Parts: sequence; C-alpha cells; structure tokens
Amino acid sequence: MSQIFLDPDRYDPQRAKDYSLTGEQAQRAEEAGLVSAVWYQCPVPRKRMKELMQRNDGRAIRDTAIWLGAMILSGWGGYVFWGSAACVPFFLVYGLLYGTAANSRWHETGHGTAFKTRWMNDVVYQIACFMVMYEPQVWRWSHARHHTDTIIVGRDPEIVEPRPPRLNMMLLKLLSLPHVYTIFKSLFLHATGQMSAEEKTFVPESEYPKVYRTARIWLALHAAVIALALYLNSWLPMMYVLLPTMYGGWLSYVFGLTQHVGLAEDELDHRKNCRTIYMNPVFRFFYSDMNYHLEHHMFPMVPYHALAKLHEEIKDDCPPPYKSIVQAYREIIPTLLKQRKDPTYYIKRPIRESASQAAATPEHGPVERETPEPRQSAFN
Amino acid sequence: MSNQWVEVCHVDDIDEEDVIRFDHEQKTYAVYRSHNSEYFATDGLCTHERIHLADGLVMDFVIECPKHNGRFDYRNGKALNAPACVNLKTYPVKVEAGMVLLDTQGQGAA
Repeated sequence: MSQIFLDPDRYDPQRAKDYSLTGEQAQRAEEAGLVSAVWYQCPVPRKRMKELMQRNDGRAIRDTAIWLGAMILSGWGGYVFWGSAACVPFFLVYGLLYGTAANSRWHETGHGTAFKTRWMNDVVYQIACFMVMYEPQVWRWSHARHHTDTIIVGRDPEIVEPRPPRLNMMLLKLLSLPHVYTIFKSLFLHATGQMSAEEKTFVPESEYPKVYRTARIWLALHAAVIALALYLNSWLPMMYVLLPTMYGGWLSYVFGLTQHVGLAEDELDHRKNCRTIYMNPVFRFFYSDMNYHLEHHMFPMVPYHALAKLHEEIKDDCPPPYKSIVQAYREIIPTLLKQRKDPTYYIKRPIRESASQAAATPEHGPVERETPEPRQSAFN
Repeated sequence: MSNQWVEVCHVDDIDEEDVIRFDHEQKTYAVYRSHNSEYFATDGLCTHERIHLADGLVMDFVIECPKHNGRFDYRNGKALNAPACVNLKTYPVKVEAGMVLLDTQGQGAA
C-alpha cells in the first residue's frame, strides 16, 4: 500500500535512477533477474499458515460498521455546527475516517482478505477507492505489481519517495495535492478512452473498458458535488466529498512513509525493504493493522486481523520491529535528509546470517509443510 | 492421447479442504481434496504470475493464489477474479486402493 501513484515527481531526468516503468531501469531490473522473482519467506508450518489465512466476516463487519458509523456521526456534527469553530473537530475526525481509514480499507478489501464473503470485499473496495481517489481497476493491477516487484526500481508503480527525496513535494503530499492533481488528469484521460503508457505495462487490455466507465462515473459524481456547492453557494458539500481526501489524508501519508521509505531498493527480501512498527489500537484501527507491513508483504493472504499473530510466528527470523511510529521517524527523517545529498544511502536492516543464506537459494513453495513438500512422482 | 496415471499420495496425505504440490517430469501440479473428500488436480502454477498454488488457501471449491489473491474454481480451472484472468488446466484424478492417482495426459473438466 502506498500513497502516491504515478507521481510526476518520479520522472525527473536529473535523478540517478529512472523510476518510471517504461525507462531503461525497467530493462535493467529484468536483466538483473529482479522481475517476478522468488522472494524469501520465513518458514511457517502449513497447518499454522492455514489457520492464519482463514477469513472472518464478523471482524470486518464490526470494523466497517464502526468506521462508517463514526463517519455518519462526525459528518452530522459537522453539519450541525457548520459556520462555527465547533465544526472543526467533527470534520477533523470525518476527514481522517475518509482520507486515511479508507486508504487501508481499499487495500485490504482489494486483497480480498478483509471479509470472507467476496461481494462484501468488492462493495467496500469500491467505496473506499472513491474516497481516496484510487481508480479501482488501475489500482488493483498496480498493487499486484507492487507485491510482485516490491521497491524494484523501474517495476514498482507504488514507490512513494524516489531518491533523492524532495521535501517541498513531500509537504504537498501531506495534503494529497499531487495525488489529486494527478488523479484528475488520469480521470480525464480515461474518460476519453485512453490509457497511459505506464498503465499499459501492468493493466491488461481486457480491463480498459471498466477503467473508462469508472472514470466517467467518478467525474460525473465529483461534478455533481461541485455543482451542488455552487448552487448552495457553500463549501459544505465538498467538505464531505473530495476535500476530505486532502484535509484528511495526511495521517495516511504519515503511515505510508513508514512502510518502505529509506530502506533497500532492488532486494528480493521483504525483511530488507519493509518495516513492522508497533502501534496503539487507535492507529491500528485507522491503518487496518498495516503496521505489520513486513508480515503483510511476505504473506499477503493473511487477513489484517491475523497479522499480529503472524508477527509472533516469524519475528525471530525478522529484524527487530520498531517500538513506535516515533522510533521509526527517528530513523526515517535523518535518512531522507542524507538521501538528498547521497541518493545511494539507505538503511540496512539487521538480518540473521542463517536466514540470509536461505534467502540466497529460495525455491518456489517455501512454506514449511508437515508432509514432505513437494511430492515427487515415483516415475520421474 | 492415452492415459498416463501416476501415483500422487495416500488419500490421507491431503487434509480436507486443502491442496498439495506434486512434481512430475519437469511439471508441477496442484492436487486438491475438497471439504467432502473429492479429489481434483490443476496445473500447479497460477496463470497470473507463476506462483505455486499449493501455498494458497482452499475455500469450498476455490483455490486462492498466495501472492496476489487471484481465485480459481479448481473443479474446472475457471479464473474467478482479477488478477487471475486465464483459466487453469485441469487433470483427471481417481482414487484406487487408498491412493490418489493423477492422469498427466488427460483433460479435466476445463
């Protein structure tokens, strides 16, 4: 999961590396064997992994009801107190639920792991995508690529901060301004029946008609909200749709930066390019437990509500988790400052030697099973 | 093409509602046991990104890929949702004398 998609900031020819998906770095990644490669996985017994992978409608229904219920309550409070300072805390909460909590909801339902029932995942996915303005078909495919080629330069469309980082751009990203600008450009492009060259590298052609249809519907919905605001001569309608993506997305960006920023690029081991951070229950609710980000990337089949248990299973084979988001930022901020001068600098996470050696000779199907695996034919 | 039945495993080597990987002559298969103890087989790799399906999750008659959560109906190989768009090849399976047998040359329901 990440915050900014197809960020124009990535296409600067002055950068040492070309972060676009159609440039020479994409070719280099292929030649280096980094494309669709086999990644290290910590050993987990198959029986335990099956338990962890189990879906659960009840937990996701509860969390979704709290999420949407809190939006209705805070939105109602904002309406009642509109025009006075008392509306501010209500919209602050509404914005965080809309622009931040929805970010982790589209992600989890996009994986299909939040609910056991498929249509529930699909409905929440569409709603959450609209809130954070991630086009549902494009993002489903970009995120599949992100999991295939995590932080592989030239392949991963969801690298949040290309090196060297630009602090002024990062400040704008706190308000989602580059994202909203880019997404409207993208919506207009798609509404006219066109895909960008980058998107064509990871979205199959069969999906294009759905992308075009969604773009037209979204533009119509946003136009209706803007028209209503103009008709009422009030910002109020836009406080509920569109603006909360910007005024409520800052916490999502704060979370998103912790996932991979400052860690290794072009490595085939999630322990080297993902962070797991212990967070308080409120943050975990807003973030759908994506603070266990290493675990999520290594085993994307495990639902958010089981990631803490998965963490207990594999933590001895992983770098130590960060004790808090503050501890993570004590590492991230100095790293970003160093990378402005030296883009090759990054944080090397401590990994046990034995595990690293295992990573060097991975095989498909590395999950440890109780029966010998794989079965070999006696007639080979 | 004539049948070529090969022995995969004992019936109890696969848990109910689970899958195992089976390799034979440079090819890898996924062999399933459903919740009602029927046996099925498909190609072992997801048609999206060549990930071993045997590491995925079996739910009813669906196998979900462990990497990108693409889903297939393992009875007929049908791809059910993105990013899985291409159907899986399926193979006939039978049980004889407590052993699961797979026809590597046969064509299943797909």
